[in-house]
Amino acid sequence: MQNRKIDWKKYIYTFFITAIIFGTAIFISNYFSQKKLAEIRSIQDTISIDILSSETQFSLLEELSCKDVTTEVLSKELGNLEEKLAYTEKDRGSTDSEVQTLKRYYSLLQIKDYLLMTKISQKCDKTPISIVYFYSNKGDCEDCEKAGYVLTKMRQDYPELRVYAFDYNLDISAVQTLISINKVENKLPALIIGEKVYYGFQTIEDLNKYLPELEELRKLKNATSTQATTTKIK
Amino acid sequence: MKKETQNLFEKKLKKFPTVTIIVPCWNEEKTITKTLNSLLNLDYPKNKLSIMIIDDGSTDNTWNVIQKFKNKKQIQMFRKENGGKYTALNFGLSRVQSELIGCLDADSYVHKDALKNIIYYFEDKETMSVTPSVKVWKPKKIIQMIQKVEYDWGVFIRKMFSYLGAIYVTPGPFSIFRKEVFENLGGYRHAYQTEDMELAVRMQSNHYKIVNAHEAVVYTVAPDTVKKLYKQRLRWTYGFIKNVIDYKHLFKREYGNLGIFVLPLASISIVSALYIISIAIINLAFQIFDFYSKWSAIGFELTKPHLNFDWFFINTSFMTIISIVSFMGILALLFIARKMAEKKFAFSMDLVYFLTLYAFISPLWMFKAVYNAIFSVKTYWR
Repeated sequence: MQNRKIDWKKYIYTFFITAIIFGTAIFISNYFSQKKLAEIRSIQDTISIDILSSETQFSLLEELSCKDVTTEVLSKELGNLEEKLAYTEKDRGSTDSEVQTLKRYYSLLQIKDYLLMTKISQKCDKTPISIVYFYSNKGDCEDCEKAGYVLTKMRQDYPELRVYAFDYNLDISAVQTLISINKVENKLPALIIGEKVYYGFQTIEDLNKYLPELEELRKLKNATSTQATTTKIK
Repeated sequence: MKKETQNLFEKKLKKFPTVTIIVPCWNEEKTITKTLNSLLNLDYPKNKLSIMIIDDGSTDNTWNVIQKFKNKKQIQMFRKENGGKYTALNFGLSRVQSELIGCLDADSYVHKDALKNIIYYFEDKETMSVTPSVKVWKPKKIIQMIQKVEYDWGVFIRKMFSYLGAIYVTPGPFSIFRKEVFENLGGYRHAYQTEDMELAVRMQSNHYKIVNAHEAVVYTVAPDTVKKLYKQRLRWTYGFIKNVIDYKHLFKREYGNLGIFVLPLASISIVSALYIISIAIINLAFQIFDFYSKWSAIGFELTKPHLNFDWFFINTSFMTIISIVSFMGILALLFIARKMAEKKFAFSMDLVYFLTLYAFISPLWMFKAVYNAIFSVKTYWR
């Protein structure tokens, strides 16, 4: 008959070691999570300042020539922010309150940038190369993921193209106003290109057709790069 | 453990008890000669060791092969109608007179010091059974190399369970018992073809002490195809589930570490393994679906490697950190286990095969065993 005394001390030690490991994991995870949120907030602040700066530039436009208005940096920053925000949304879930707040702020920044770009384009007599994209994360939009891939690819190919993405269901009055002004129906994905609204999944070829300026841009780019290569060879 | 090993070599055995090793065999013509030779080569007084071969109605040449040993004084051989391994063992048990009884599967080989190393542990009067360290015999194929790592792991785990008084399997290859075990508790049972587990839990149920002699090495021929391995593991896992259900009264404090820790943990580990595997399969399906929808949207394109590294995209979720810690823990245990089983740590490809492939093949029998246990589907050995 064997002695079956349980050494409870060992169990308590094991419990504490496990608790320390789990506690440390929670602490590290929270620490990085907070740092990531802080980084997003800091990017948003930078963009906010950039927009303010562009707006100020715009107000001064009367005295400035069109070529002095710089907007390229902002476009890159918006892309960077969107990438990080999408990652955070996937990580923490779209219902997370932090994510919701950040998305609201991001949507406002996008609208401001969109308005500014429209004004600059009118003033400087340029066609704005932009796509306003409405999606839904509620599971009621089958093609939204595919549309997202297409728009990301378009932005990679044409950094000059501004893509403004809005959650159709986001509870923020500015977005809802944008929806009602453009009479966007709840048939997602929906794209506003120029002044026209397109519903359903659009392929890369479709978008190229709706935005002939992109083709011109490509031609111009090719010509510049060929010229640069030729100069180099010389 | 070091102290224990040191004692073993310094201390000479006070006496050599009489031992009988029962070798049940059924169609083992290829391995039986080597098995018997390894037994005859054991470093143990010849007059104290008998070998009893029970041919359980082999349909191949096994009976003829073993005839070449008929002049060996130590060996007795019997032939009976086929009835399954446990009937062959019981057939032998009814004819045994020695103080200690062991069994050895006919596809396993013993190291010449194995018996001596085991007998040392019987000097403790409380010890009723001693299990050895089981290792894989000359692994050649990848599937056998994977099992080598698994068996090395088993060497470590069995010793830990031994310290906790919680061994719940007395493996077919070379576990040795006092005769009283069978006199008091009866012989082997069918036990869903896992008679070696049933006997161990029956002993635990009666508070009989089982210890492990990690220095006693036995080699077993591991299945060399996925199909054979699947059948073996299905039998083991199914047998474990059914025996645990039959002996559920062991989940109590009076059964010490076995009742409150080892058996609950072993049971939970099956459920958690199935859960993790299911999650992994679902995630994989989602990724394939994502890849498909990306492909149908923009066609196939190689993603450019991110030249600007951004720490932001490193996954720092709680689950990721715990997974990394667990993985490091597994690596550390594999290191210790290998050091214990092989006496030194040497990196070899089998570790890579184990870490990369085992997770893909083990679900095969786990799901089926649980399914069979729930729906009471009979599980066959061969």
